[in-house]
Amino acid sequence: MPVLGGRPAGVTALRVDDELDRRGRLVVVGNGMAGARFVEEVLERGGGDSFRITVFGDEPHGNYNRIMLSPVLAGESHEDDIVLNSHEWYADNDVDLRAGVRVERVDTAAKLVHAADGSTTPYDHLVLATGSYSFIPPMTGVRTEAGDLLPGVFGFRTIDETRALLEATGRCRRAVVMGGGLLGLEAARALQGHGLQVDLVHAMPWLMNAQLSREAGAVLEKSVESLGITVHLDVLATEVLGSDHVEGVLLKDGRRLDCDLLVVAAGVRPHTDVAVRSGLEVERAVVVDDQLRTDDPDVYAIGECAQHRGSVYGLVAPAWEHARVLADVLTGTDPAAEYHGSRTATKLKVAGVDVAVMGVPTPERDDDEFLVISEPKRGVHLSVVIRDDRLIGATLLGDTRKVAYLTQAFDRGSPLPEERIRLLVDLSDGAEEVGVAEMPADSQVCNCNGVSKGDICGAVAGGCGSVGAVMDRTRAGKGCGSCKSLVKQIVEWAADGEVTEDPSASWYVPGVPLAKPELTAAIRAQDLRSVSAVFAALAPGGKEDARSKMGLTSLLKMIWGADFVPEKDGEFINDRVHANIQRDGTFSVVPQMKGGVTTPAQLRRIADVAEKYEVPMVKVTGGQRIDLLGVRKEDLPAMWADLGMPSGYAYGKSMRTVKTCVGSDFCRFGLDDSTQLGIDLETRFQGIESPAKIKMAVVGCPRNCAEAYVKDVGVVAVGAGRWEVYVGGAAGASVRKGDLLATVSSRDEVMTLVGRFVQHYRENANWLERTYDFVPRVGLETIRQALEESGADLDAGIQRSIDAYTDPWGQDGPDPATPGQFRPALPLVALPEVPVR
Amino acid sequence: MSLTEERSATAHAPVEHTVGRVEDVPPGEGRAFVAGGVQVAVFRLRDGSLHATQAACPHAGGPLADGQTDVDVLVCPLHLFAYRWTDGASTSGAAPIRVYPVHERDGALVVTL
Ligand code: SRM
Ligand SMILES: Cc1cc2nc3c(=O)[nH]c(=O)nc-3n(C[C@H](O)[C@H](O)[C@H](O)COP(=O)(O)OP(=O)(O)OC[C@H]3O[C@@H](n4cnc5c(N)ncnc54)[C@H](O)[C@@H]3O)c2cc1C
Ligand code: SF4
Ligand code: FES
Repeated sequence: MPVLGGRPAGVTALRVDDELDRRGRLVVVGNGMAGARFVEEVLERGGGDSFRITVFGDEPHGNYNRIMLSPVLAGESHEDDIVLNSHEWYADNDVDLRAGVRVERVDTAAKLVHAADGSTTPYDHLVLATGSYSFIPPMTGVRTEAGDLLPGVFGFRTIDETRALLEATGRCRRAVVMGGGLLGLEAARALQGHGLQVDLVHAMPWLMNAQLSREAGAVLEKSVESLGITVHLDVLATEVLGSDHVEGVLLKDGRRLDCDLLVVAAGVRPHTDVAVRSGLEVERAVVVDDQLRTDDPDVYAIGECAQHRGSVYGLVAPAWEHARVLADVLTGTDPAAEYHGSRTATKLKVAGVDVAVMGVPTPERDDDEFLVISEPKRGVHLSVVIRDDRLIGATLLGDTRKVAYLTQAFDRGSPLPEERIRLLVDLSDGAEEVGVAEMPADSQVCNCNGVSKGDICGAVAGGCGSVGAVMDRTRAGKGCGSCKSLVKQIVEWAADGEVTEDPSASWYVPGVPLAKPELTAAIRAQDLRSVSAVFAALAPGGKEDARSKMGLTSLLKMIWGADFVPEKDGEFINDRVHANIQRDGTFSVVPQMKGGVTTPAQLRRIADVAEKYEVPMVKVTGGQRIDLLGVRKEDLPAMWADLGMPSGYAYGKSMRTVKTCVGSDFCRFGLDDSTQLGIDLETRFQGIESPAKIKMAVVGCPRNCAEAYVKDVGVVAVGAGRWEVYVGGAAGASVRKGDLLATVSSRDEVMTLVGRFVQHYRENANWLERTYDFVPRVGLETIRQALEESGADLDAGIQRSIDAYTDPWGQDGPDPATPGQFRPALPLVALPEVPVR
Repeated sequence: MSLTEERSATAHAPVEHTVGRVEDVPPGEGRAFVAGGVQVAVFRLRDGSLHATQAACPHAGGPLADGQTDVDVLVCPLHLFAYRWTDGASTSGAAPIRVYPVHERDGALVVTL
């Protein structure tokens, strides 16, 4: 399992001898959202000078955004995107991260931390931030004899559990999710999205009963059921069935739900074992005072493992408030800082439904006012509870537009409109903008990070020119992200419409301040044929920019075809040596194998080459060809010569492969010769450079064995000589079914249509924008129209590039383009090592 | 490169090493050489200036000589971290790289370390 935010093996950090370090020793137990934020807050206050910081984390990873595990499980975010602080960050900030090391107990008398790896670490100040774990209710059969969870049963709290769940979605068909709270609903939606049949079992009479009224819960239930999830309310699961692997659950009313995956999201319990073993006062969680101090004066607790004035919180905003207050206290920034509890006004997205709740869900006294708007059909349920002219509770489900206004009324007890209905709906146009303008400066916008409207306006006044810059400066929108649109509105309002978009966002490359159409026009008008000519003519001060070179090279090749003036330094290393750089500085060689079709002679040659050059790994790729991995740069030209095969362009931002299925020649279902059409497409468009890679596939029938529906261009035989052409599909980091561009009735029409689409994409897409982003951005209708209207121009454009094609291996192999083109770049040290199979 | 090597490189008086010819490094590109047992990457920018750095990226050992350049920075090919020529500091939050003095003498590349 890779370590999230990990540090490559072999890299070590240098540290000063312990005896020489006079700084106080600050030890944090728990590297989750509270612990890591606390360290950040300490460093921000200059605490790195006064403290030597050690962080123990049970999880082997860097610190990641736990809230975002839901989108990761749903496949909407990649796990790399949720890293908050990588191992690198800790090293750079001189924080000793003991990742993967569990703390067992603390000797508060000797002030020593005992960890599971046998180490003892002295401290001057100790902070417990151990968070919570998934509570597994007692059910017969849920654990094996050894005490582990029965295979197929999962909690949902950590990235490792999320990875395991994701992995299980591939093999499993039916899931039961126990728990109808936030986590259960998120898990259910994610699993459902992966194509599993999902039953949700909740022991209470309505969903999210802790936050919502029965009526609101019923509306949410409808929305959840409309996703295709079956909800079972007011019933306990008593038994987990299956001996080696979960096979189902038994409900108390005798019903049996079959499943091969069981997610238990029936609440969390604070991790208090360390505190208990260390003799600290523990009730429901570790008891702390207003300075987050436990009953030992040098031990503190923050986040979900802390109990303050009787409350234990299960959200990140209070945890981060704890972190701020404690950092103020310990660094001496504000030694008298105190925490007085958190208002839990929460705004969440649950199973795709926006939910905001604050205060009480329903009236409690006879004279409490209660206003409800319920539209179960639309999945909207809005309510407010008013006591003595003050807002004491609000629930917004399915429509959270009024959340800023209500939060402010709730937090500050500000006067309410006579017409109470105005609390829930805008009765006049444009009221929303007025809403932002009227919000007082101290009203909270980002709950996770405690950022107010005033902070955002301050950042704008302080020179932040874009929404992104404001978010970076203030951290607004960097927790769960649900306030982003409000942040944007406020930034736009504060900047008075002056600055909205980051101007560089529209530039084709960062170093030349022009969008693609203007840049293309200028290149043509001024006859700029090389990357350095473009910088000289169009970049501010004629200054070159390393990060812009690759994109410009691609654009110039497209515009000028054979008349492009190449400059090797304008190319990324892959393009300079026509191979894909590997983590250890070696390269991979992928010969062209059109349509995935090869011959015994070709295979023999590949085998001979692999042996001759001691290729560490030979692998069949996902693109239906063969990859020779771990090749030394200096061996590349000789290998190409021995192979005698053209480059497969597996390294370029260019047309890659055309996958095919066996089609009508062999397959009993084949409606047409998909293999030959694939070979023809690959021949025609080989090596064409484009804004991002292009992958194609052709299949002989809608069974889609070569995955044409999820390719940049996918062609599907539908019989009687007719072919469907799909564009904008993807099955990489994003998964998207392509849109049907057209159904045509001959192979020639396929070739023409694909050529036009590819050329239109090349001319109009942003640098690195794959078709799966381009097609929905531009719109299928617009694309169809463009292909129709400028057909002849597009045909001519693509033909120019096709004519300019030369096989780079055949070209540079015998005759290097520059001196030392294939000279080793790392002759002495091999780091990191790639395992040899 | 290990720490001890780095230390020993600074411990004694600077020594000049001729590592190759200027034309060994094409404009805008970099090439790796060995200077007194230490591997260095030498770059010739399009403005004619020469720069030399450690050869392996401190982030994860990437081959810096294969990186892309402009007048301000060198970008490592593996994870695109950028390092300033002036002091070797990373603009992307990584550890800094070592930069070495380098100059041309009668068409030869001379690196001092
Ligand atoms: C070799 C191969 C994996 C394998 O062992 O099968 C592979 C290997 C790499 N893929 Fe891939 N991809 C391979 C098939 C795929 C496929 C499947 C396919 O082509 O049918 C996909 C999903 C389809 C797609 O492209 O959307 C795929 C989606 C990606 C992505 C995600 C792109 C996206 O925007 O979603 C990346 C990352 C990127 O491009 O930034 C990526 C990037 C990479 C890179 C180039 C990473 C890198 O930058 O160094 C890997 C290079 C290894 C090397 O040196 O050879 N690879 N990669 C496959 C080569 C296919 C070929 O013959 O050309
Ligand atoms: C899927 C999911 C979605 C969520 N969505 C939201 C949301 O939308 N909004 C919201 O506000 N909150 C949400 N939460 C809750 C939020 O993530 C928590 O409130 C927050 O993580 C609490 O921070 P913490 O640091 O107290 O605990 P954690 O983040 O759990 O960190 C505790 C860390 O301590 C480690 N640890 C425990 N014991 C030891 C030990 N003995 N030695 C060493 N290390 C130890 C653990 O391994 C863990 O890494 C969500 C939680 C999950 C799981
Ligand atoms: S080959 Fe593709 S999926 Fe595999 S590690 Fe590389 S980029 Fe990721
Ligand atoms: S190895 Fe250089 S940036 Fe990662």
